[in-house]
Amino acid sequence: MDFFCFLNINTFITDPLTHDFMRKALFMSSLVAAVCGFLSSYLTLKGWALMGDAVSHSVMPGVVVAYALGLPFSLGAFIFGVGSVALIGFIKQKSRVKEDTIIGLVFTGFFALGIVLVSKIKSNIDLHSILFGSPLGISLSDVKQTVFISLLVVLILLVFRKDLMLYCFDPRHAKTVGINVLFLHYLLLTCLSLAAVVGLQSVGIILVVAMLITPGATAYLLTDQFDNMTMISVLSAIFSSVIGIYISFWFDLETGGSIVLAQTFIFLFAFLFAPRYGLFKFKKLISGYKQ
Amino acid sequence: MESTNYSNFRIEAENICVDYNGKIALYDANLRLKPGQICGLVGMNGAGKTTFFNALTGFVNISKGKIRINGESIRSAQKDQAIAYVPQNEGIDSQFPINVWDVVMMGRYGSMNILRCPRESDIHAVKNAIERVDLAEHLSTPIGNLSGGQRKRTFLARAIAQRASILLLDEPFAGVDIRTEKLISELFLQFKNEGKTILLSTHDMIHVREFCDLVLLINKTVLAYGETSEVFTPENITSTFGGISPDFLFGPES
Repeated sequence: MDFFCFLNINTFITDPLTHDFMRKALFMSSLVAAVCGFLSSYLTLKGWALMGDAVSHSVMPGVVVAYALGLPFSLGAFIFGVGSVALIGFIKQKSRVKEDTIIGLVFTGFFALGIVLVSKIKSNIDLHSILFGSPLGISLSDVKQTVFISLLVVLILLVFRKDLMLYCFDPRHAKTVGINVLFLHYLLLTCLSLAAVVGLQSVGIILVVAMLITPGATAYLLTDQFDNMTMISVLSAIFSSVIGIYISFWFDLETGGSIVLAQTFIFLFAFLFAPRYGLFKFKKLISGYKQ
Repeated sequence: MESTNYSNFRIEAENICVDYNGKIALYDANLRLKPGQICGLVGMNGAGKTTFFNALTGFVNISKGKIRINGESIRSAQKDQAIAYVPQNEGIDSQFPINVWDVVMMGRYGSMNILRCPRESDIHAVKNAIERVDLAEHLSTPIGNLSGGQRKRTFLARAIAQRASILLLDEPFAGVDIRTEKLISELFLQFKNEGKTILLSTHDMIHVREFCDLVLLINKTVLAYGETSEVFTPENITSTFGGISPDFLFGPES
């Protein structure tokens, strides 16, 4: 009986790996999750969750236009992602409307434009895969693009790891010691746009913001060290991707939704059981540790 | 960047104006400070104290006037690590996942390479700075677990590690314990002897009399500036705080 169970679990894990599309989906989603997870440490500490939501929705018309013109979709997405942020900044400076209102206003505008464009431009764009992701059906050219962008973002984050941390923590000090804060601001926005672009393939435009904030929020509950936070964030993101894809394979569920749900459950677990910052504060309960 | 020429001014601000999208926060403000001087910046909330600091660090651009730091532009002062800013406790995210050592190391970032890899000299400077503020046993404590006073000392250590010649301190005595207050006042004397210049904002009138050689009273512009003994009079204080009498300000609350 025990042996039987083991056999079942074994096939549960290995069976999907016999399919080429599953191996590709696992690899791609893990890569994308790692990139988004890395970035999410910065976004959650900087308080840019809403900005992440805005950028990821705003790339929609860019994706559609790029597909229609036969350009790499990442290019179109990137232009509209950065454009939306520039527009938000411009309106904020020139009007008395509050920032969160402007963010909501701009990204829904862009998103609506994207949807209208899809209905107008008769092409083979699959609206469903843009909105909800299609990690199981990524084409080879998309794979190349995604790998390239992912590596680029990781490289940027590795090089400017400490500067970006300082920028999130204390931009005034950064400026005082001669570090170019404006450059870091746009660098982080660029990374956000690029991560949104690669993330949307995995879970789609609507849910990509989860990839950009949930792993960081989970990690924030588990550690007081920035480097550990990044590590936990990346690992939890990869883990949820793998779990999500397996579950969607075996139970025939929407893949993007499954990945995000897995992330949400990991967050809830951390929220309840994190040693120091969880609801139950196990560290205190177990050892009577006084903080 | 210690200047040995003591006749030069550390800070020279001439008729500076700062506005945020047309809303004037500070106008026609002047300030001149020499090496070794401690100056108190006194004014109500919203009188432009933080704006003054921001203008001196280059965090906001001035719309009019001129600022020279050690005789140079703000840009080169930044490059030279000439100015250190010690924020108010409320001005920083105390829940940020970072420990004392890493915060103090940030004081060295400006003089490190692009990857911010600490050299032997940086590690030495950080160690030394942490010892001077008496936090040696808290090297790896996350700042969220520190008391208000310890956190204040951490940021003071960052300024020491930076080896700046000018220190700008926003409410250095707000919400700190007696031990920290004593340590800060000892450090002030050492800084003075090292020829550093200190500009500090405070609500506490007693601290102005105790530490400051000079005092700058502001409300959107400079109301009075000079030697503390001459300028820090009940009349001037009353006008700075919009007609509230000094009796009230010096009452049991302060």
